[in-house]
Amino acid sequence: MVGSGSFEFEGLQTIGIVCLVCMFLKLMHLLGLINFTDEDSSESDLELSTVRHQPEGLDQLQAQTKFTKKELQSLYRGFKNECPSGLVDEETFKMIYSQFFPQGDATTYAHFLFNAFDIDRTGSIRFEDFVIGLSVLLRGSVHEKLKWAFNLYDINKDGYITKEEMLAIMKSIYDMMGNYTYPSVREDTPFEHVEKFFQKMDRNQDGVVTIDEFMETCQKDENIMSSMQLFENVI
Amino acid sequence: MAAGVATWLPFARAAAVGWLPLAKNSMPKPPGDKKSRHDEILIVNVSGNRFQTWKNTLDRYPDTLLGSSEKEFFFNEETQEYFFDRDPEMFRHILNFYRTGKLHYPRHECIQAFDEELAFYGIIPEIIGDCCMEEYRDRKKENQERLEEDTEAEMATETPLPPDSTLRERLWRAFENPHTSTMALVFYYVTGFFIAVSVIANVVETVPCRAPKGMLKDLPCGEKFSLAFFCLDTACVMIFTFEYLMRFFAAPSRGKFMRSVMSVIDVVAIMPYYIGLVMPENEDVSGAFVTLRVFRVFRIFKFSRHSQGLRILGYTLKSCASELGFLLFSLTMAIIIFATVMFYAEKGTKDTNFTSIPASFWYTIVTMTTLGYGDMVPSSIAGKIFGSICSLSGVLVIALPVPVIVSNFSRIYHQNQRADKRRAQLKIRLARIRLAKSGTTNAFLQYKEHGGLQDQSSGNQALCIRNRSTFEHQHNHLLHCLEKTTNHEFTDEHTYNEVCMAESMDYRTSRSTSISSQQGQSTSCCSRRAKRRAIRLANSTVSVSRGSIQELDTLHVQKSIPQSRSSLNARTQDLKLNCGGDMDFTAAIISIPTPPANTPDDSLPPSPAIPGILRNSQQMGDMSSQYTQEAIKISSL
Repeated sequence: MVGSGSFEFEGLQTIGIVCLVCMFLKLMHLLGLINFTDEDSSESDLELSTVRHQPEGLDQLQAQTKFTKKELQSLYRGFKNECPSGLVDEETFKMIYSQFFPQGDATTYAHFLFNAFDIDRTGSIRFEDFVIGLSVLLRGSVHEKLKWAFNLYDINKDGYITKEEMLAIMKSIYDMMGNYTYPSVREDTPFEHVEKFFQKMDRNQDGVVTIDEFMETCQKDENIMSSMQLFENVI
Repeated sequence: MAAGVATWLPFARAAAVGWLPLAKNSMPKPPGDKKSRHDEILIVNVSGNRFQTWKNTLDRYPDTLLGSSEKEFFFNEETQEYFFDRDPEMFRHILNFYRTGKLHYPRHECIQAFDEELAFYGIIPEIIGDCCMEEYRDRKKENQERLEEDTEAEMATETPLPPDSTLRERLWRAFENPHTSTMALVFYYVTGFFIAVSVIANVVETVPCRAPKGMLKDLPCGEKFSLAFFCLDTACVMIFTFEYLMRFFAAPSRGKFMRSVMSVIDVVAIMPYYIGLVMPENEDVSGAFVTLRVFRVFRIFKFSRHSQGLRILGYTLKSCASELGFLLFSLTMAIIIFATVMFYAEKGTKDTNFTSIPASFWYTIVTMTTLGYGDMVPSSIAGKIFGSICSLSGVLVIALPVPVIVSNFSRIYHQNQRADKRRAQLKIRLARIRLAKSGTTNAFLQYKEHGGLQDQSSGNQALCIRNRSTFEHQHNHLLHCLEKTTNHEFTDEHTYNEVCMAESMDYRTSRSTSISSQQGQSTSCCSRRAKRRAIRLANSTVSVSRGSIQELDTLHVQKSIPQSRSSLNARTQDLKLNCGGDMDFTAAIISIPTPPANTPDDSLPPSPAIPGILRNSQQMGDMSSQYTQEAIKISSL
């Protein structure tokens, strides 16, 4: 019994001493006398986003887009107000876009939209991208608008819209509707919609839609052509 | 939606082009656009400070004043700007809200002023940004608490009883506010005295007295003079029971009264006596009986009715309940941990005191609170190490919640002090305001006397009247209309009392004959009103002089009475063109503010009309009596 008692005694003694030493070291670290981790804690603070972007001049933008000077000024003021650094990253974009669709989840569609605006794939939308995109949507010809829509649906930008891409787009659109719709969105509603779309668009039934097929079909459809004019006066 | 997001709406609408090829149905027509909105700059003039902003900025929030068509009411055609007669400093924050979408609360501004501005511009305070929301809420809560405190205190103490209150109501009031009547005060002090006597008796009866003849060891005094102590106890309990029954009878809500803390304490204080009477002298139950006698010490808590400090302490502890709970919880955790460790550390030692973990609890508590009795001491090295860690951590654990409790107590205590001081100052302010108001009446009377009410073109008016502002003319005209409506006339106190005391009924006025028709009635109602006035005056002096006196802050109010009626008559007959520079009262409309401002300094800034009155009154040759002398004393704990 003495043996077992002494083991406990010894063990606890060791633990006690180890505890003391650990606390002492921690105290030293806190005081800054010893450093355990790498010495990079101070530098990480400097990595603030000092990235800033200035847009091209007003005249250049005017040349590139079909907006008037006043419209460009107004657009830039709103843009700058919201993003003082001059760049919109994807998260901010998703957040802003989601605010317009509170019932559903607009993040997926916002992702696709972001990619459609971010032409040179920098990961952030500059004012030029923003304005060029808007110029196409609002002041462009029907042909240009359709081309923009095709670009949106073509997720990997390879020139073909596959069923999978279309399905992803369709699902994201239905996600924006949310849960409370009438009639309620069933599991296969997006799929059916995609099927209908492909039936209409895919001329040669090869499972993909090319840009020419897309243009052709859309220009023959009266509904689509008339509704293209609707958004002219947004700005 | 946030402001910035609203600017992205055109973008979102434009992006809807992407849905068009997929649409199952045709798109609806867009809402009719108004004329092409080229953005324009609006000028908003706030008390001379011109603010300019885009119209779009203001349109972001259409449910506020500036964002809706309501601002058209403030549009000034000549200067083509929107003019607001408000504080320009505050407007800066309001406009920044439109610009950035975040409303900030300026810390140096008064919370009420800020709230009023927000209400004017139609902005709800809930949208204050997170950075400033906490500060705003804290200040608002503080302000509201203060207001509630004041109104509560006012209602509780200052409102006189309605004349037809029942005995119950009067009794309850006497119990709650002892300084309202002499009887209540006497009763209050008597009960206090008896509480003290009872507590002292409880203490003294356990002191050992010299043993009586024939016994060896000392007896406690309680047993030696048992009869005396019993009589004393009986007397105290009689008084307490009587008091309790009276309160019970008088309470407006008996259920609530029975559940209140003070009444529970009362019951607990007197129960042991009755139980002792009822119980037989049985050996079995006498143990329990002895335990009951402990409860007699609860009588000391009855003092909390008499002492505000005790109440504050109790209230503090209640409000710090969460901190106390945290302290208790962390202590318990630490005790269990350290007791376990110590037990196992000392298990090996021979003849150790640490026989079990619960036995180690005692050691841990004694060590953590740094008492260190020394009855249990670790002897092994591990035990000593953990013991020292235990005592170090004990100091920390106990020290942490204590400042919170202390700061709470200090806050509540000072709040209480402030409340008392405010109440005293309120009396002074009200007195001054009453004085100013009487000044207004006097001004009106003077106005009448100098022919202000006559036709302006008649030329009979004194020059000083004609020089009065339009505002005063209109105000006096209003008072005159009221006079005509009610067929009574305004007068001042002195004249009124004179009239009442005058035995003859043939006092004349030269102004209107309407008063003469009231002669018959006036004497009868005069006397009644005079009596009520006298009573009210007496009451106010009584209520004011009560309360414990620590500092004296007296205000002497001198009211000057213009003239008696007879002399007024004499004056009007020979209209003077100058009013006599000594009596130029200016009428001031003074509204008594409902919550008194918190002025920590003792000197209150006098309102503008009062210095005029006081100054002019000193110039008067014939100074009438010092009308009221109100002594206001600040009561403390």
